[in-house]
Amino acid sequence: MPNKFLSPSVDTAPDAAPAPDAAPAPDAAPASVTAALTRSSTGTADLRELEAGLDSLQSDTARAHRIDWSRILLPVAALAVLLLAWQLYVSLGIKRRDLVPGPLDVLGQLGTLWGEGKTQEAIWTSLQRGVVGFLISVAIATPIGLLLAQVAPLRRAFGPLISGLQVLPSVAWVPAAIIWFGLTDATVFFVVFMGAIPSIINGLISGVDQIPPQYRSVGKVLGASRLQLALQIILPAALPGYLGGLKQGWAFSWRSLMAAEIIAVGGSIGFGLGSLLDQGRILSDMSTVMAAILLILGVGILIELLVFAPIEKRLLRRRGLLAGSTR
Amino acid sequence: MPVVLENLGKRFGDGAPVLDDVNATIGRGEFVALLGASGCGKSTLLNIMAGLEAPTSGALEVPSDGAAFMFQDAALFPWLTARGNIELALQLRGVGKAERRNKANELLDLVHLGGAGDKRPHELSGGMRQRVSLARSLAQDRQLLLMDEPFAALDAITRDLLHDELERIWKETGRTIVFVTHNVREAVRLGQRVLLLSSRPGRVVQEWHVSEEHRTDAGLAGQLTGIITARLREEIRRHAK
Repeated sequence: MPNKFLSPSVDTAPDAAPAPDAAPAPDAAPASVTAALTRSSTGTADLRELEAGLDSLQSDTARAHRIDWSRILLPVAALAVLLLAWQLYVSLGIKRRDLVPGPLDVLGQLGTLWGEGKTQEAIWTSLQRGVVGFLISVAIATPIGLLLAQVAPLRRAFGPLISGLQVLPSVAWVPAAIIWFGLTDATVFFVVFMGAIPSIINGLISGVDQIPPQYRSVGKVLGASRLQLALQIILPAALPGYLGGLKQGWAFSWRSLMAAEIIAVGGSIGFGLGSLLDQGRILSDMSTVMAAILLILGVGILIELLVFAPIEKRLLRRRGLLAGSTR
Repeated sequence: MPVVLENLGKRFGDGAPVLDDVNATIGRGEFVALLGASGCGKSTLLNIMAGLEAPTSGALEVPSDGAAFMFQDAALFPWLTARGNIELALQLRGVGKAERRNKANELLDLVHLGGAGDKRPHELSGGMRQRVSLARSLAQDRQLLLMDEPFAALDAITRDLLHDELERIWKETGRTIVFVTHNVREAVRLGQRVLLLSSRPGRVVQEWHVSEEHRTDAGLAGQLTGIITARLREEIRRHAK
């Protein structure tokens, strides 16, 4: 008797017309019976048990996390291939050795610089300035970004300007900064701010733009004030986009810093990686130049791998956005 | 009377009115199903009752402390756990920090999700998410609960269970519920009263009372479902020309 389960009304009202589609005039007597919904569980205990069963059927079982070695081995292999290609090119002897040094020459130069204590000083100085400049940029850009994203007239007024500032290379500010602040750390920080702040603001704004509109409705229904809405709903909801902005902001900080250090040397400005690079150029020492370039690149990669990648991964995993990505 | 709607009208811009001359009275503790075809302004009417939109004409009376609202998709915040979502609602209501956790656990127990408090929304099934969402709307502690097709996206097995669940919670908490749906069976299953809303403009054209017998007697419920379906189709057919 499968019919009983499909359509309970057939059992209880056998005289009813089976097809609801053939509905008669509405004022006629109830001639049409449609399968109806009735109480389907027999009590609270029964309901609880049914729900628990359904919940466990519909939930994924937790998968254990293992270390994925391909994540480490593949980049290392790629690096090895590039180094080999570099060495091969140098071994062919097409260019003079002092113009194109090999990997071993650069490594040797790095060792010498390390022995003199120059590498450590340069990395420390640059990293310190980069991180401090970046953190101050975050502190300035976050409230501005939230304000612009939430207040329409402000955004219309300043939005294009902020986007424009992001396009303007921050190196363009170096001459102005030198005239205003002289050869001091203030010049370096100013250039870093002009690079990082607009891109963090833009990241936050685009993060806010991508929030499902329903989140705001939920916030309003739950009785959030404007400030609560901004801090407890808008900001966390925009976090993936904001983090993208932070990453880009860091990249801009680091780049601007290097540009400033290369151009503005001397005065009370400390000796950073950019200064090391410039020194190599002045001495026509290609090994030092290559070593400095690799150090600048290396610091950038390390910050991405050690700081941003874990934060981003954690953020996406907690929101269930990691499944099926190639990360 | 928690909700009184008098000659309520709504139009967006210069367009045709979405709602026109809506009249209804909903008593305290009553479960009313608001039924209508797609595009009849059911959701707009609910948004007006929730204070998310303003009516363009007429008057409405709702409880002064506002209404709790449950959306079609659970609309849980993905950065918070199930318990965190409920605690946020409690916090925005002004419940103290110490009390929040206990209250949230109680509400999770009420929707039979006591063990899932630490899970994040993406780890929950659709039915579980809707139950968390129900618990969150109960956390608002408003007498009036507005529900906008909350079970429309669920599979049939889950939906049947949630009907039972909602009925049980309604009886336990004594809330006034306005439940919007386009599903006649669902309206008859849940509502004590079914209000049929016409389309373009939306207006309450007829209402039916559903008795306790309809909950268990499939034949009786089927008959009423048939009558309401016929009336609803007549309303839809009017727009064929």
